[in-house]
Amino acid sequence: MEKRKGIKALKDEDENNNWWWLVCRGTAASFLSISVFAILVRVAVSIHPYSGAGKPPKYGDFEAQRHWMEITLNLPASEWYRNSTTNDLSYWGLDYPPLTAYQSYFHALILRNFHPDSVSLYTSRGHESYLGKLLMRWTVLSSDMLIFFPAVFYFVIAYYFATQSGRKSDVAWHIAMILLNPCLILIDHGHFQYNCISLGLIVGAAAAILSSKDLLACFLFSLALNHKQLSAYVAPAFFSYLLGKCLKCRNPLFEVLKLGLVVIGTFALVWLPYLQSANSFLEVLSRLAPFERGIYEDYVANFWCTSSVLIKWKILFTIPSLKLLSFVATISASLPSMVQQIWAPSKQGFLYGLLNASLSFYMFSYQVHEKSILLPLLPASFLAIEEPFLFKWMMHYALLSMFPLLCRDELILPYISLSALFILLYHAPGGRQDTSDRCFPASLKSFMIGFLVLCSLILHVVYLAVRPPEKYPFLFEAMIMLLCFSQFVFVAGYTNIKQWKLSKDSTLENKEKKYL
Amino acid sequence: MMTWHPNPNLLHPLSLSLSSSSNHDSPREPKTQISSPNPISDLAWFSLIAACVKLLLIPSYHSTDFEVHRHWLALTHSLSLPNWYSDKTSPWTLDYPPFFAHFERFLSLFAKLVDPTIVDLHNGLNYKTPSVIIFQRLTVILSDTVLIYGIYRLGRKLGSRERNLIWVLVVWSPALLIVDHMHFQYNGFLMGILLVSLSLLEEGRDLTGGEGWVRAFGRLVAMGTVVVAVFVAAYGPFVYYGRIQQVFHRMFPFGRGLCHAYWAPNFWVFYILLDKGLAFMLAKLGFNIQAPTASFTGGLVGDTSPFAVLPRVTPLITFVLVLIALFPCLIKAWRSPQPRMITRWVAYAYTCGFLFGWHVHEKASLHFVIPLDIVATQGMEDARHYFILSIVSCYSLFPLLFEAQEYPIKVLLLLLHSILMWFGFSSQFSQITSAKAQAGPGKK
Repeated sequence: MEKRKGIKALKDEDENNNWWWLVCRGTAASFLSISVFAILVRVAVSIHPYSGAGKPPKYGDFEAQRHWMEITLNLPASEWYRNSTTNDLSYWGLDYPPLTAYQSYFHALILRNFHPDSVSLYTSRGHESYLGKLLMRWTVLSSDMLIFFPAVFYFVIAYYFATQSGRKSDVAWHIAMILLNPCLILIDHGHFQYNCISLGLIVGAAAAILSSKDLLACFLFSLALNHKQLSAYVAPAFFSYLLGKCLKCRNPLFEVLKLGLVVIGTFALVWLPYLQSANSFLEVLSRLAPFERGIYEDYVANFWCTSSVLIKWKILFTIPSLKLLSFVATISASLPSMVQQIWAPSKQGFLYGLLNASLSFYMFSYQVHEKSILLPLLPASFLAIEEPFLFKWMMHYALLSMFPLLCRDELILPYISLSALFILLYHAPGGRQDTSDRCFPASLKSFMIGFLVLCSLILHVVYLAVRPPEKYPFLFEAMIMLLCFSQFVFVAGYTNIKQWKLSKDSTLENKEKKYL
Repeated sequence: MMTWHPNPNLLHPLSLSLSSSSNHDSPREPKTQISSPNPISDLAWFSLIAACVKLLLIPSYHSTDFEVHRHWLALTHSLSLPNWYSDKTSPWTLDYPPFFAHFERFLSLFAKLVDPTIVDLHNGLNYKTPSVIIFQRLTVILSDTVLIYGIYRLGRKLGSRERNLIWVLVVWSPALLIVDHMHFQYNGFLMGILLVSLSLLEEGRDLTGGEGWVRAFGRLVAMGTVVVAVFVAAYGPFVYYGRIQQVFHRMFPFGRGLCHAYWAPNFWVFYILLDKGLAFMLAKLGFNIQAPTASFTGGLVGDTSPFAVLPRVTPLITFVLVLIALFPCLIKAWRSPQPRMITRWVAYAYTCGFLFGWHVHEKASLHFVIPLDIVATQGMEDARHYFILSIVSCYSLFPLLFEAQEYPIKVLLLLLHSILMWFGFSSQFSQITSAKAQAGPGKK
């Protein structure tokens, strides 16, 4: 019954809409067209250089992934995380959980079939060739198409049925915003990584939550955690929502037990080769949490790195105390959002919770990389319809925070192209309903926005054109990080407040319902 | 009771061009007003999206045509006008008419500012650094503005839906992207000029359109004068310097074979296959068939025919055949010249040239596919023809990009285009049939 209501509520298209000829065919048709375009953009980006291209001896992430394929193909599973003569962990040792290893193994089989030189033990180190690059790029593309795209489709269906509203062109716009996320495309298909798999699993889990399939959500999220430990950034949101929902059930303990069993079962399945002994288990664990690398590396727009301008954390504190400090800070920052969900769980609140949890982890967690901004960006894209300006703002500064990394990879041209593409799609004529962006009519605010955008554009040019002074070689990186950090703080503050406001609205609604 | 008053433009697609705009809507139902407030911004949006994709394709495969155009930049920049068609520094001699040479000269001014080696006649040979690649690719992207202007002119009188569909299909044309922005050519620029002239003709401004409708002899004389003037402007300097023969020799290289190295899918392919088939069969039957020494792509080797059995084909024969194929169209144009049919007839003329011409490149299919897109929304038949033609001609261009890296790109470009065509045309025409159905009972 509810499903039919959902379909009817997708209002008939306004005939003046420019895209009526596409969107009137339905969500599936829009999704198909946008997906094909999204895949085309990904393929076009993949002809550009990857990280570490032509830079011996260490190369970059591309070489790391290739090396993992080499290791997983030629060695038994028990050896993958163990330091040995055949597996030198100091040369790009595996530092993601076992699902990444299985995925590397699977891709290695394909590479061995077409180009065995690229994955042969030892001799393929630093292997760079036309066919090798092509095959590697196609493994990312296929993972994207098989996991991320279907998950997004599932999400869109679930989201628009859950909220029971939405013009067709809004739906299409939203699909474009999620699929054509410039940061994700640049990192996965440019720099070279497999974020599409773990992020796709998170999207699937969120979609399952929205369609009230909690067990499926647990399963998918556990898989995401087992692919990249980075997915833990959104774990508090899942945890608190599900806990809050269980507490509202008749038999909370039973519900919690069900969910717990699914999680434990999934973990056990993935970690099976490493449960033989405590030793092998700890070996893997130690690779997943490399605390020796310090609280931050390079320049990233989070609290520790930005405040290190004033407080030299690495000098003043030891690693164990920094670990504790960051742990406490992270938990404290995500606590408000968690408490709200446990107290008043709601699907809308869950989405905000995802954003808040991931932002607090990004700000305060240990060893955060620039690429970690992808985690907060994902829930921001979920909320793109609700908070379009916020999403655009966050995307802008996420791109800026990744700019130094992309410059090093010689991906400036795709950066420009994808940023332009994002802005164009955001402002698609007849795309999103042109409600004035809710928060900012006042002229002072417009001035602030304009000023901040201008600063970011100037920073782009300065970073490329001007040589930094000898005394401060990383001056411009630091300035970029400072600007991005300030904007992320603003976003985090706003979304936390919004999440609490939602619970007030929903309790009001509940009270009204009771009286009806 | 309010009856929905269907827009008369939608009822009869062919009447689209007769009414100048969609102002026939009754003011009572503003919702059926279909002209969008800002067509220029829509078109700009489509073209900017395409430009983003074109930027991404900058490092993709480019053919020898890239070096050809770079050399022409250097040639027109470094040498004086009389020597443009006689220079032998590089095998890539100038084989486009003089106006294009002037266009290259214009571009070379900017090339010099970017990187002087680009326009160096000797040091710039096979120059392939990022500066020249980015510069040349950007010139193609920017010169596409002419194409955008052309389709803007042709589409602005249509309803916003037809117009948007047409614009999307031309601006995001896979054939154009494959040939211009990957293989490397300037077809967008040239097509744009063609489309602008077609639009001027459709509006009845024949003199600026540069071709002739016979209305009055005086008008004919005026047409002729304009055409002659244009040709004089283009070729005059070469006549003056006594180099005109060389120009024609370079522009019309009949020394090349009947077919281009990558065969264009035209009539001569069947002729050649028939010849080979017959030779094979007749040889089996015992006749003495001599294997030809000449090749189809290699050109006329003395007097030997490349054909084993069938009569030899000369450039003159191909010319006559093209004219014969054009005949029905010319008769019709003579009898009832209608400005709005000009695009269709020009497309037909290009198709005849493609099918029967001498040494046709497969890229020439662009010249009839793009004008056909303009008329594709005029009727279901037109849409069907365009649908099949554009897919087939794009597919025939696939061999131009033979490297594995570009394979997914060309397939996805064609796939996206086909999807958009399918949805666009089916929405367009189902809307018309539903409008007709509603108009029926409404009239009662």
